[in-house]
Amino acid sequence: MSPSSVVLRLHGVTRVHGEGATRVEALRGVSFAAHAGELVAVMGPSGSGKSTLLTIAGGLDQPTEGRVEVEGTDLVALPRAGRSRLRRTSIGYVFQGFNLIPALSAAENVALPLELDGTRTRAARQAALRALEEVGIVELADRFPDDMSGGQQQRVAIARAIVGERRLVLADEPTGALDSETGEEVLRLLRARCDAGAAGVLVTHESRHAAWADRVVFLRDGVVVDESGCEPVESLLETSDAR
Amino acid sequence: MSVKQALLALLEQEPMYGYQLRTEFEARTGSAWPLNVGQVYTTLTRLERDGLVEPAGADDEGHEIWRLTAAGHDEVAAWFTTPVARTQPPRDELAIKLALAVTVPGVDVGTLIQRQRSATMGALQDYTRLKRQADASTGRTDLAWSLVLDSLVFAAEAEIRWLDHCEARVRRVATESTPLIAPARFERDEQEAGR
Repeated sequence: MSPSSVVLRLHGVTRVHGEGATRVEALRGVSFAAHAGELVAVMGPSGSGKSTLLTIAGGLDQPTEGRVEVEGTDLVALPRAGRSRLRRTSIGYVFQGFNLIPALSAAENVALPLELDGTRTRAARQAALRALEEVGIVELADRFPDDMSGGQQQRVAIARAIVGERRLVLADEPTGALDSETGEEVLRLLRARCDAGAAGVLVTHESRHAAWADRVVFLRDGVVVDESGCEPVESLLETSDAR
Repeated sequence: MSVKQALLALLEQEPMYGYQLRTEFEARTGSAWPLNVGQVYTTLTRLERDGLVEPAGADDEGHEIWRLTAAGHDEVAAWFTTPVARTQPPRDELAIKLALAVTVPGVDVGTLIQRQRSATMGALQDYTRLKRQADASTGRTDLAWSLVLDSLVFAAEAEIRWLDHCEARVRRVATESTPLIAPARFERDEQEAGR
């Protein structure tokens, strides 16, 4: 894969919380990349550092050591304002708790990051409607979060994460609050976005959900211990080709 | 897996010839359990001996057609209304391997578990990929195949959960007592536990 297709790259990232007796190394020298068109899952038990990895990848937290590059820009070296701007324009987040603003309609929630970045209201709404269309709920554009099901709210959250052609989508247990079939729909949408050219990073403790990714990275005690996802199960794949 | 029951169930739909039974079986189960045609013919012979199927002439191309007898219909009905017996758990190579790994000296159990988890994860990714293809179509046969895939998906998921559980147990044992297995692997955890 050519270097230009790397959307997210972590170089030797270490994150230490506290010091002395309370010092905890959440991440220790983690290197990691996500390419355009690729969905990468990060798995590990609680306390393994997987959520820390995601917040650092998204510029919401800073590493103690190491570099974080998003589309070639070093997040760590960037001044605070530049980092905020990059977060608004290039990175989308999906959280377990949806984090929608209850006083805003679906379309207003989705348009918000664009408007914060200076896009005019009308253009922002057009872009929001396109994103809602992509996640299949454009007819709910003027509904408020409290009047929607959990699955619908998570779709709005995904639309907000992809609006304005963001190339990096970060998801932290996005299916956690949903039943298994609704959860699968959410994964299908993330997958579709990555197939359309975005890079996705999905943090999850459920292997069935991680299996939607192209690569699965295992974290233990802040260290990447293994990766899987390249060798296919030959017999089944041959069968499917023959069908 | 009971080839006998599967063939009888297919004949419940309509009389068929041997090769057709094999094709129909594989269409429904997506060739997850390949069936060779010789196995189909020997099973049909046994079913005829037991009075569950009988020959029903040949089609235009000379294929010998088989149909259910009354006893055969009863057998199919009984199969669909009786749960699959779980009298003895099937022999599970992985469970046996783990049981031996934690007792035979010098085995790096942590690495064993991680390698197995990666391999099972890889299989789970492949099943999921096939599921995405299967879900794209909506025919009845594809419903059957996609449910079989779900079964493989859930089984692989359960295996990974069990491996996570084994890893946590083995680590806890290693930090609570003198590690009898692969000390180097668990050194780090002991240090952390001691902090």
